[in-house]
Amino acid sequence: MMRPTDLTIAQALDALDRREVSAVELATAFLDAIERLNPRLNAYITVTAEQALETAKASDARRAKGEAGKLDGIPLGIKDLFCTEGTRTTAGSNILDGFVPPYESTVSANLKRDGAVFLGKLNLDEFAMGSSNQTSAFGPVENPWSRANDPAKRLVPGGSSGGSAAAVAARLAMGATATDTGGSIRQPAAFCGIAGIKPTYGRCSRWGIVAFASSLDQAGPVARTVEDNAILLASMAGFDPRDSTSADLPVPDFRAAVGRGVKGLRIGVPEEYRIPGMAPEIEALWQQGLDWLRAEGAEIVPISLPHTKYALPTYYVVAPAEASSNLARYDGVRYGLREDGRDLKDLYERTRARGFGAEVRRRVMIGTYVLSAGYYDAYYLKAQKVRALIRRDFEQAWEKVDAIVTPATPSAAFAMDEKQDDPVTMYLNDVFTVTANLAGLPGLAVPAGLDAQGLPLGLQVIGRAFDEETVFAVGGAIERAAGFAAKPGIMA
Amino acid sequence: MSLDAATVRRVANLARLRLEDQEVGKLQAELNGILGWIEQLQQVDTDGVEPMAGGSPGGAALRWRGDAVTDGGQAAKVLANAPDRAGDWFAVPKVVE
Amino acid sequence: MTYTLEGTTGPWEVVIGLEVHAQVTSQAKLFSGAATAFGAEPNSQVSFVDAGFPGMLPVINAECIAQAVRTGLGLNAEIHLWSRFDRKNYFYADLPQGYQISQYAHPIVGQGAVEVTLADGSTKTIGITRLHLEQDAGKSLHDQHPTKSYIDLNRSGVALMEIVSEPDMRSPEEAGAYLAKLRQIMRYLGTCDGNMDEGSMRADVNVSVRRAGEGYRTRCEVKNVNSIRFVMQAVEAEARRQIEVWESGGTVEQETRLFDTARGVTRSMRSKEDAHDYRYFPDPDLPPLVLEQGWVDQLKAGLPELPDQRRARYAALGLSAYDAQVLTAERETAAFFEEVAHGRDAKAAANWVTGDYFAALNRLKRTVTDSPVSAKHLGELLDLMADGTLSGKLAKEVFEAMLEADEAPGAIVEKRGLRQVTDSSAIEAVVDEVLAKNADKVADYRSGKDKLFGFFVGQTMKAMAGKGNPALVNEVLKRRLA
Repeated sequence: MMRPTDLTIAQALDALDRREVSAVELATAFLDAIERLNPRLNAYITVTAEQALETAKASDARRAKGEAGKLDGIPLGIKDLFCTEGTRTTAGSNILDGFVPPYESTVSANLKRDGAVFLGKLNLDEFAMGSSNQTSAFGPVENPWSRANDPAKRLVPGGSSGGSAAAVAARLAMGATATDTGGSIRQPAAFCGIAGIKPTYGRCSRWGIVAFASSLDQAGPVARTVEDNAILLASMAGFDPRDSTSADLPVPDFRAAVGRGVKGLRIGVPEEYRIPGMAPEIEALWQQGLDWLRAEGAEIVPISLPHTKYALPTYYVVAPAEASSNLARYDGVRYGLREDGRDLKDLYERTRARGFGAEVRRRVMIGTYVLSAGYYDAYYLKAQKVRALIRRDFEQAWEKVDAIVTPATPSAAFAMDEKQDDPVTMYLNDVFTVTANLAGLPGLAVPAGLDAQGLPLGLQVIGRAFDEETVFAVGGAIERAAGFAAKPGIMA
Repeated sequence: MSLDAATVRRVANLARLRLEDQEVGKLQAELNGILGWIEQLQQVDTDGVEPMAGGSPGGAALRWRGDAVTDGGQAAKVLANAPDRAGDWFAVPKVVE
Repeated sequence: MTYTLEGTTGPWEVVIGLEVHAQVTSQAKLFSGAATAFGAEPNSQVSFVDAGFPGMLPVINAECIAQAVRTGLGLNAEIHLWSRFDRKNYFYADLPQGYQISQYAHPIVGQGAVEVTLADGSTKTIGITRLHLEQDAGKSLHDQHPTKSYIDLNRSGVALMEIVSEPDMRSPEEAGAYLAKLRQIMRYLGTCDGNMDEGSMRADVNVSVRRAGEGYRTRCEVKNVNSIRFVMQAVEAEARRQIEVWESGGTVEQETRLFDTARGVTRSMRSKEDAHDYRYFPDPDLPPLVLEQGWVDQLKAGLPELPDQRRARYAALGLSAYDAQVLTAERETAAFFEEVAHGRDAKAAANWVTGDYFAALNRLKRTVTDSPVSAKHLGELLDLMADGTLSGKLAKEVFEAMLEADEAPGAIVEKRGLRQVTDSSAIEAVVDEVLAKNADKVADYRSGKDKLFGFFVGQTMKAMAGKGNPALVNEVLKRRLA
């Protein structure tokens, strides 16, 4: 039998069913791996070992009684942006210092309902603002992969769900929850050689997830396979009356869609995603992916998404604007950090200056500015209109194609000491992913190959709103064709 | 549009972020870098375009809940994380109106 | 005639607009399921949404929407089938989210109008600019500790309707009448209880002054005035202050002020010195609020009769303008009157309710809602007069007895034997006795002393212990003395 930490979720569910392994054995194996490797990778901010073993024990008892849920006994990590009742939740920030939520986010509660075992809370960029997991107040996460020609160079796992992606890649969790506001699931998944899906806006409830940019934030899973993503998303998703933007739609059988095939599907290739300076390897991988799909019976259709170029600057107006307002509640009055001051205003200013890191402060400043009197129309309203055009680009594309395939990122994982000089350089990481957030569409990153240095590269599949099934079908086909089997250097 | 130091201070004040004097220059440069890059949005012709507010891909209408008391009665939980409290009140430095 | 205030350099007109914050009558808050009841223990009616906890999201209360629409209809206003919630961003101790959810750009209710009646009987129409839904903030207590303020979030998230008027008012009286009218309409509709001392209704008063014929000058906003009387006082105090500023060669600065009720003056608000820049933007947590016309029509069909309509109907029943006004002032009074008048002579009912009944309430310091006499019993009293069982005088006696114990008037009549005598033979017997005893006065009367007729009536009634039917007594006396 395989080592427990090597099992995919689908394999583990079978093994549990056949009593080849117990939930306690799974949890123990992962907790051991965390103990060994987390000091290096820093993927977990909080490990809830005792709770994990307890819930694993309860899971085994349920299974013995024939009452196992859809995910019973599966050990998962939870991005530390999801509020977990009774377990410290940090959002990767000092400002939530000591905050223990008295409630459980809908998504994590759904996973619990189905029997999942939580190993702990995963590191992330502060308030999910970042593409390298270096803005976390709890230190950077290291990518378990490294360059063949420079193995000592420490690489970033991507962000903001860097802890989630690194933990899954290094087998410190079988799967993990993540969130994606501009690419925060797909970019780290691609950097760490795993799969991750940002579902359609409204598919997963945002209730209990620390908000970054409310009109863009969506929760989704990361896991090693497309099928595991489908299994996790089926548990995470669903209508929640506590979130006014949650879609009141049934959750389809995502897992069944993974093997559906792509015969007869029209796959769009947007010319605007061929950006200047894109690595030839990425260009080649993209072509390879399209060839695989053609070989499986899909029709490849060139399309145009003319406003793609404006997606990132649009995002960097909309997201900071919403964030500046969403983060106003962190004021040192009801929870979290408080820095005393000579009066209330001074208390606010000291608390927020000390509690927020540089990138969060920068975005709060940008957001405050673009909403302020005299600038609203030029920045915020303008961005909302361009956003509408970006959505319209996709609507027009759906008249011709059923899914769109693009690279997931413009490069492989970069080193911790790169791209530090200029915030805008860092922002460019999300150039391929951010459009799906702006348009509210589902996007899946699938590992598809390696670059010359042996670092993973991913492709992205974008689908129609609430058509994650087609996205899974295309992702599944790419996964099967790619046969991605490479493993990171640091692994349990 | 370029931010001057006074505007940086004014925005920091609106956002309730304490800004040390030596931080202003660096922040001003960073913000101007970002805003200069955002400036390209002005190239897009958006005449007659309805702005997209909210993230729902198809646009959605507000869902209503019934008028029933289903929450509250949990002062202990509401106050459990408070940095300062007095009885069942939150406490802050005195506010003068 | 235009109301003016006399300065040292001549008369000044006053221009007033009101922003009234009215608490929506609902069980739960606008965006959370916490209760709205007044006077609860601190922070006991607080959900994590109201306290601005991480990841908490608003979901709107349908009844609050309905109440806003009902109020809009009651203000003869346009109902917007598409409206939207925006965030108003500012930091304040009792604003947990760091923003207030409000409707800035697209309110649920647009332009409307209300007619107010002034003391001299004239009427004036005040324009309504808009009505929108928003969240209330929490409450800060500043007097509990020498260096700290205490915060209670029970009010945080309670639904408010902000009703904005046009700057159509020109005197403290008009401002007071407008506020009273709004309160009356909302109480009739059941959309706001109008209890100003519990904070259910507060007004921000915008005041400016000008010379006759001028355009508007700079206005100041006097915040959070919590009674009709204080609104009237604040208008005058602020207007006088501004006149002084202008007349001394100064300039009135646009600012937010507070009304010091003890000293009767307004003062600048220190805590709001920061330049306001609320950075409104559409709340991404809340899709647009879309109403169906059919639903609005249903609400309209279900509206109760409003004070103006009711007053017109009372006037049509033959009531005096004064009675109609008084009886419709409060919904409870009108309901009481309606029950008394049901199936009876409306004018007689109005006379009794506005006369003896109101006098009794005044005397006993009671109100219609804790009435010492039920409308049912008062109605029965009217019946006993109508069918001749009681004379007006006897009825007053029975009414006094009813005030002591709210018993059915019929029972009191029986118990005390107060039934009026309508048997003419019995009256004739008493009359004959009276005339026989006073033969000299009968002679005087017959020789022309007509005034003595009253004497005979009095003697007869006295002999009958007041129970003789006055009309019959008159008739028999006239016959016998002829």
